[in-house]
Amino acid sequence: MSFLSYLIKGISLGSVYAIIALGYTMVYGIAKMLNFAHGDVIMVGAYSVFIMSTSLGLSPIFGVLTSIVVCTALGLTIERVAYKPLRGAASPLAVLITAIGVSYLLQNIALLVFGANTISFTSVINISPITFGSNGELTISGETIVTIIAGIIVMVGLTLFVNKTKMGHAMRAVSEDKGAASLMGINVNATIALTFAIGSALAAIAGVLLCSAYPTLNPYTGAMPGIKAFVAAVFGGIGSIPGAMIGGVLLGIIEVFGKAYISSQMADAIVFAVLIIVLLVKPTGILGKNIQEKV
Amino acid sequence: MKKLLTNKIFKNNLITYGIVIIAFVVISIIKGTGNLSSLFTGLLVPLCAYIILAVSLNLVVGISGELSLGHAGFMCVGAFSSALFSKCVVGTMPDGLRFLLALIIGSVLAGIIGVLIGIPVLRLKGDYLAIVTLAFGEIIKNIINVIYIGRDSKGFHFSMTSEMDLNLEAGGETLINGAQGITGTPKDSSFLIGFILVMITLFIVLNLINSRDGRAIMAIRDNRIAAESIGINITKYKLLAFTVSSVLAGAAGVLYSHNLNNLQATSKNFGYNMSIMFLVFVVLGGIGNIRGSIIAAVLLTLLPELLRGLNAYRMLIYAIVLIAIMLFNWAPGALAFREKYSIKNWLSKKTGKEEM
Repeated sequence: MSFLSYLIKGISLGSVYAIIALGYTMVYGIAKMLNFAHGDVIMVGAYSVFIMSTSLGLSPIFGVLTSIVVCTALGLTIERVAYKPLRGAASPLAVLITAIGVSYLLQNIALLVFGANTISFTSVINISPITFGSNGELTISGETIVTIIAGIIVMVGLTLFVNKTKMGHAMRAVSEDKGAASLMGINVNATIALTFAIGSALAAIAGVLLCSAYPTLNPYTGAMPGIKAFVAAVFGGIGSIPGAMIGGVLLGIIEVFGKAYISSQMADAIVFAVLIIVLLVKPTGILGKNIQEKV
Repeated sequence: MKKLLTNKIFKNNLITYGIVIIAFVVISIIKGTGNLSSLFTGLLVPLCAYIILAVSLNLVVGISGELSLGHAGFMCVGAFSSALFSKCVVGTMPDGLRFLLALIIGSVLAGIIGVLIGIPVLRLKGDYLAIVTLAFGEIIKNIINVIYIGRDSKGFHFSMTSEMDLNLEAGGETLINGAQGITGTPKDSSFLIGFILVMITLFIVLNLINSRDGRAIMAIRDNRIAAESIGINITKYKLLAFTVSSVLAGAAGVLYSHNLNNLQATSKNFGYNMSIMFLVFVVLGGIGNIRGSIIAAVLLTLLPELLRGLNAYRMLIYAIVLIAIMLFNWAPGALAFREKYSIKNWLSKKTGKEEM
């Protein structure tokens, strides 16, 4: 039974990673940049919920909605102020470093506003755990259930959005070829901004789910999950939406199993080692496109 | 000699060496007269280590054109292996010889790890290479945090679980104590040694860049396929740059560790954040510009300390300055603006001379 409970825990953690990784991968696919500040948007999302539901005592659903709005606005602002001016810069590293600067900025603003102390986050999910087996051998917490369901909804919703709607088509076109897309009458800048908005909204959801499952929050909360999700996105093939989902869930399962069966201290090393092995066998990730170089 | 002096590259390199020497002399004089605050005195050795790291990372990022985010890992290997060696042999040999051997061990070990990582990893490109090097850096840090090594009359004991598992005799000594790291490394580093290492690093890197090998590396960076077609061995030269860079990072680690009594591998000193910090030095100083890396490393290390008076706001200001500089230096809009209103243009217009 413990195997099953670890598996479910892994899928739940993996769903959170997948949601974050979706934000990474969409932004990468369309803007060809690694958004290092994505992890910190998660942290901002979690703090917004904390203020709304714990400090002000409003209903959790309202808190989550506020958090999504705050993060979307934040994502749009970051894109407009810090990333858009650098579009077309001589080196792709310029925007990477700027993203790192934005990440420092968000962490330090949070540090000033909320202080360095870790606060305990009250879960926004009020669902009683489900118990299987006569002696409660397998207990699934409400957070786990909600996380997995939210993960599925986000993945299905995003797949439908990208494949069925006009906006989704525009996003795919821009990520394929910016020049051709703009010739076809697609507003490239607006499409990129939309991608950032969706990615940041997903980060808000991920922040709420992450902090409900692991109820601590400090200004650096988002950094490590951000890096892990980045790993998940690369794992699945960066730029690919189904790849991010698969990568995220697999990464969560590997991490939980590594912690449970091998060594709790080495869990991170195991996650990174698996990534390296996958990339050595398949250099563009599980679902990555193998682009042939032309001379 | 005259031919050498008119050589532009040679002149440029001389300026770089000159800046470092002058900076060293000036700081030494200020230090000698006792006018340097203890805070800055304490920063001098880490600063030298950061300069070495920035220059060595620039070799990978700027000259070889590969994005590496794992340099803190190589530094970590150099730091821990050399500190372990120094702690083992302390008292058995003169201090100078011990540090020299520690330096060799730290750099060579970092170089070996560099080759081992480089062979498989350099097949990857761009952001994939970045994430894998980042992963390697984190793995190295993680592994060092679970290593326990002790020594007693029977010899060395090794464990990866806890200090108790070492089964040391009474009087045995724990050398590496997992997450607590190494305590009691002899303090062999000094500003002078740091300066010498910076000069050696500069000598190696600048000579490599201007050699036949260096031009091959840059050819691969500029056009891999064209370089391959004229018979340049891609793997060999990429690996060369990567290995030299990791050896230098290891040396920086040796310098860093022999300045600390208590060496721990935390995310603050050897985590990916540190690797990113070195990348910031490189990009801010100018990708491929060695002198720029040195200046950026100095400025960005001192900036938070200079802003210390502002206390809580200092890192916030640091972040804003970083974003502002990046936008000012790289944004196409800002570049056009600078071109339009630059003093140089304005002056040349006024005197009526067109710059060719």
